[in-house]
Amino acid sequence: MTDVLQVDGLSRSFGALHVTRDVSLRLAPGARTALIGPNGAGKTTLVNLISGSLKASSGTIRFQGRDVSSLDQAARARMGLVRTFQVTRLFRAMTVADNVRLAVLQRQGSAFDAWRRVARMGALQQEVQRVLHLLRLEDRAARRVESLAYGEQRLVEIALALAMQPALLLLDEPAAGVPQGESEVIFDALAQLPGEMAVLLIEHDMDLVFRFARHIVVLVAGAVLTEGSAADVANDERVRKLYLGKAAHA
Amino acid sequence: MALLASILIDSLAYGMILFIISVGLSITLGLMRFVNLAHGVFAAAGGYAAIFIAGQLGAGYELAALLAVLLVAAISLPLEAVFVRRLYRRSQLDQVLFTIGLVFIGMASVGLLFGNSLAPITLPTYLQGSIDIGFRVIPRQRLAALIVGLLVLGLLHWLLTRTRFGVEVKATVDLPQASEALGIRTSRVYSLAFALGAGLAALGGIVGAELMPIDPYYPLKYLVAFLAVVSVGGAASPPGLLAAALLLGGIETTAKYFASSYASLLFYLTMLAVLTWRPEGLFGRKEAR
Amino acid sequence: MRSLRNLLPEAALLLAGIAVFFVVPDDLGLATRVVIGALFALSLDLVLGYAGIVTLGHAAMFGVGAYAAGVFAVRVWGEPISGLLVGAAAGAAIAWISGKLVLRSHGLTSVMITLAVAQVLLEVASKWTSVTGGDDGLSGIAVQPLLGLFEFDFMGRTGYLYALVVLVLCFGLLRRVVASPFGLACVGIREDRGRMAALGYDVPRQMSIAYAMGGAFAGVAGALSAQITQVVGLSSLGFAHSADVLVMLVLGGTGRLWGALAGTVVFMLVHHAAANVDPFRWMLMIGVMLVVVVMALPGGLSGAAVRLWSVLLGRGRGTPATPTSPKPRAGSSDAAGEPPRLGEVTP
Repeated sequence: MTDVLQVDGLSRSFGALHVTRDVSLRLAPGARTALIGPNGAGKTTLVNLISGSLKASSGTIRFQGRDVSSLDQAARARMGLVRTFQVTRLFRAMTVADNVRLAVLQRQGSAFDAWRRVARMGALQQEVQRVLHLLRLEDRAARRVESLAYGEQRLVEIALALAMQPALLLLDEPAAGVPQGESEVIFDALAQLPGEMAVLLIEHDMDLVFRFARHIVVLVAGAVLTEGSAADVANDERVRKLYLGKAAHA
Repeated sequence: MALLASILIDSLAYGMILFIISVGLSITLGLMRFVNLAHGVFAAAGGYAAIFIAGQLGAGYELAALLAVLLVAAISLPLEAVFVRRLYRRSQLDQVLFTIGLVFIGMASVGLLFGNSLAPITLPTYLQGSIDIGFRVIPRQRLAALIVGLLVLGLLHWLLTRTRFGVEVKATVDLPQASEALGIRTSRVYSLAFALGAGLAALGGIVGAELMPIDPYYPLKYLVAFLAVVSVGGAASPPGLLAAALLLGGIETTAKYFASSYASLLFYLTMLAVLTWRPEGLFGRKEAR
Repeated sequence: MRSLRNLLPEAALLLAGIAVFFVVPDDLGLATRVVIGALFALSLDLVLGYAGIVTLGHAAMFGVGAYAAGVFAVRVWGEPISGLLVGAAAGAAIAWISGKLVLRSHGLTSVMITLAVAQVLLEVASKWTSVTGGDDGLSGIAVQPLLGLFEFDFMGRTGYLYALVVLVLCFGLLRRVVASPFGLACVGIREDRGRMAALGYDVPRQMSIAYAMGGAFAGVAGALSAQITQVVGLSSLGFAHSADVLVMLVLGGTGRLWGALAGTVVFMLVHHAAANVDPFRWMLMIGVMLVVVVMALPGGLSGAAVRLWSVLLGRGRGTPATPTSPKPRAGSSDAAGEPPRLGEVTP
């Protein structure tokens, strides 16, 4: 089976600053891979490169067998390469339902439909309900995003991504900034992701990482230090040194 | 040859005046990301203030000019503190709307106070009439404008490269939050930069009064010229601004010599051409959005 | 019946317009200008209020539509409805082409380009005297009777009703667009272009289409003006015209469609009443008004009305409204109103 994502020799520099160095990565369908590393290692930059919001200096990115290195972010998203944002980036003044509607409408190919009424589009509403249900957000559908608790907003981020029915989902620190009591909900959402979806998760919360990931990639100073199963990585001397003295996020 | 020299001198003079007036607008845009369509009001205010001071208080030209510049700069400070500061974080549309409102208020106030006609300042003898520089006779005021422009350029260069203020300005333009963290009081930088820009605009208005006569409609009439120069030059880039001012000023002046009714058209076409080719301006930096 | 209930706003507008017809039969010239202005403001609302494209040169589409319809009537065919279509096509074409330049940039640059395009067109119109009549303008536009039946009388009755019907139809069309997926996408783009791109939207293309649509409706307004006043002047392309329509829209409130209607009516009536006043006083009024709206009245008159309504109904902060302007900078703490709930209530 073709890998969903195949990254080879990906590099990005800003002048003399090398933020990503020769990174190679493989994700098969159904992958549950976590990307960890210290702050400033370039994890978000890597996500930006893969999703297309940043152009690589060199290297290739193949998505479902196709070379997408020259495609822009929107094109990759339409193909099913979707990312969420570390700092919540939603349409704050719009309702949760409208946020999800935007994602679903694009997915259903209605972006340029200037005639049908959104309120009357049955297939749209059904799909929106389905996605909201997955994340248990139905009762918050009519509320404006800016009135939600931060943890709920993170869920809406994920809802937008799911509504796009991606083949590859890049989750940038879904639990970041979420108060302790609310992060369990995030984990439940992650656990329910479709089996065949490939997921790359960036996280600092080690608890979440070890519960979620079957494969872990460790990024340090823009380059891959090591990768392997959760157990392998946990026992790796170099990784231990990196995280020496740091207890898992409580 | 004499014609070429004439065009050159006139272009330089016009370009210099545009530069002096627009510097403030360029800095405000680059530093505070604030679109100030009312910038021309400072220039006109400078002219009117000088006339008033010279007329009512009987001051000489130089003194009136100096006082007018200082007055405009001084008034700009509370304006910035009270109104402009609230708009930094508002949307671009809000800034545009607000400053258009200011332009209208400014023009109306001047018109109601001073009437519709021009009241030219009495120039001192050394600025009156023309001077023969060999191949051409050029109005002394125009030559003065050129000289003042060069002085302003020198002043800015000194300010930006040799003073602490200049360093703070450049730092704040590049990385506002980091600058705050480093202890630079960005609000103070903004105020001073705003006042500097306003004062320079007033100076430009006074010195350029021969080429760009001052009347109540001045801020609106020349608004597009100032904005054009700033957007073509690239925000917060004095060299870029100078290049743009000379380019646009030059093209319009040259056109006036050969096909005066096409001067405006060429001005706008040049602006469109440059902005299409380089949307961030000749010397602007590409914003990473 | 649901479909009839949906047409309530259009019906209300039509009835209001007809009432005016009977109430002020001697002032139909002014009333017609208000109707045309309202259509122009509606077209700008789509571009600015919904898609978030700031323009200081919207008069370009109006003027081009006016000249196109005028020239069409004089040289090709005097039938009015086809003249409207010509105006719409001209406005849309100019918007589509200039949109390529305008939408590639952002910030001051893009606003300057909108201005420059309008100015260039004005200069061209001024020089191209054989077609446009130059500084004297295009005159002698005689239009055939509407639908072959209704002659354009010099009392302006046919003209007014014609303009009114066109306004109501366009209003209905725009309401439809705004309630559609495309309309929702425009709002999304206004709020956060980058997020829309991350959702897979072809943002440049969406914006081009919105800009062109706005151009089409502006072109229709221009065509109406040409056909009814029978004259087209350079001022239709001028900066003052672009600034006026912007002020009208902002005064009424962006992003709500009916705000454009309210703003136009208020602005033009006040302008008419103040016509004898010193132009400087008028300028002062507009200036103060703009400053007040920006500082204290987000959402303009319609925003204030909506807030008042919800307070009267004791609903507190529930009712949706729209921001005056495209999304404020990230991190700002002022919440300038609320959005229309596009999936549920159509304005």
